[in-house]
Amino acid sequence: MFQSLLKSLRRPGVRATFPVLALAALLGACARPEPGAEINDPYERGNRSVHRFNTAVDKFFFGNDEQKGVIPIIPRPVSIGFSNFASNLGQPSAVLNSLLQGKPGPALQNTLRFAVNSTIGIGGLFDPASKIGIPADPADFGETLHVWGVAEGAYLEVPFLGPSTERDLAGTIVDIVIDPVNALVDTNEAAYITVGRLTAKVGNRQRFADTYESILYDSADSYAQARLLYLQNRHFELGIEEETFDPYEDPYAQ
Amino acid sequence: MPSNLSRRAFSALGLGLAAASLMPGGAQALNVDEARALIDKLIGEINSVINSGQSESAMFKSFEGIFARYADEGYIAASALGPAGKKASAAQKQAFASAFKRYIAVKYGKRFREFIGGKIEVRDARPLKNFFEVVSTAKLQGQSPFEVRWHVFDKSGKVRFFNLIIEGVNMLASERTEIGAMLDKQGGNIDKLIAALKAAG
Repeated sequence: MFQSLLKSLRRPGVRATFPVLALAALLGACARPEPGAEINDPYERGNRSVHRFNTAVDKFFFGNDEQKGVIPIIPRPVSIGFSNFASNLGQPSAVLNSLLQGKPGPALQNTLRFAVNSTIGIGGLFDPASKIGIPADPADFGETLHVWGVAEGAYLEVPFLGPSTERDLAGTIVDIVIDPVNALVDTNEAAYITVGRLTAKVGNRQRFADTYESILYDSADSYAQARLLYLQNRHFELGIEEETFDPYEDPYAQ
Repeated sequence: MPSNLSRRAFSALGLGLAAASLMPGGAQALNVDEARALIDKLIGEINSVINSGQSESAMFKSFEGIFARYADEGYIAASALGPAGKKASAAQKQAFASAFKRYIAVKYGKRFREFIGGKIEVRDARPLKNFFEVVSTAKLQGQSPFEVRWHVFDKSGKVRFFNLIIEGVNMLASERTEIGAMLDKQGGNIDKLIAALKAAG
């Protein structure tokens, strides 16, 4: 169903009706966790194939200990500039989502950040806002769905995008459609912005190479590690308390 | 009368025992300040290693030493092995624990390499369930600050951290997944797992 959803996204003219209808269909279809299963991953077989594909793509572009990737290393200051640029352009979307979640505080903070970094930060290439004590307070539509009470659904590994869940993938798609930046730029500018965002992703992958590569290439089961990391980190962002082991119990019995 | 008295004495003793058993670690209860002090000292040592400019292999050695002094490695190893430990002999458990120590120091030593030139600061400490949680913030060059939580107890009689949670990602859970996957690869054979772990460290 995701393939058809993504295909319908690429067709012109479906944008207006897409969010409400597709979202309703998608949420209705969210898989329920199996009783007793710690991780809700009913599509594990398919996910693992996608993971092998994503890992091969990553190795081709970025390489690992054994081989070099085809993409040359972006110098660190340039990479940080692109990362700042992309994250600044994500601010309007974060503001919108904070408002949808009924949180005016973070919305105001991110508006201020966007104003400071777009001007003093030269179009977002620098991040003076963080230095003067206005840190980013990220928000996305997956989080908005969580706030609205929508269940997480099954774990998914998405081609090229990597780990997600049914709820987060729906969020990612909706975020692309409702991004306020779309309304502010023309087609040419939109193309530059897309290139800037992709470059930022490449730069981040290169700057945090040790972390990415230790998970993708050094772990015994990189699929399971990536899944655990994604879900735990995502729950942390969403403020969901993880269950902790009782450390006074027998560790062999848990 | 005497029987009344002894009953009173008995119930007082009972209350005292009950109160003691409610506190983690019993009579010599660990408190939140001691938990915080441990992590303060630990972070001081980590900060000095990541800013010392020593070679990578020297840093791994330093981290191995820090882990040995501040972490309950025995508990972390046992927890990583998990239910598979039930079938293991005492000798196997010991061999696993010693291979695991080296492996974990190298692995997390590599992680801390990214901290070079950065700084970690303790922000807060609080009781959590039957142990303590110390919250710290890592400020690294070129990225937004992120949160590192340390779980501290004194199960072994010594104050030690037994878990590390970076932006929600839990070391014990991650290592249990990793060791479980390694064991599966070795067909469930613990001796082969120990050999693989030695090779990985």
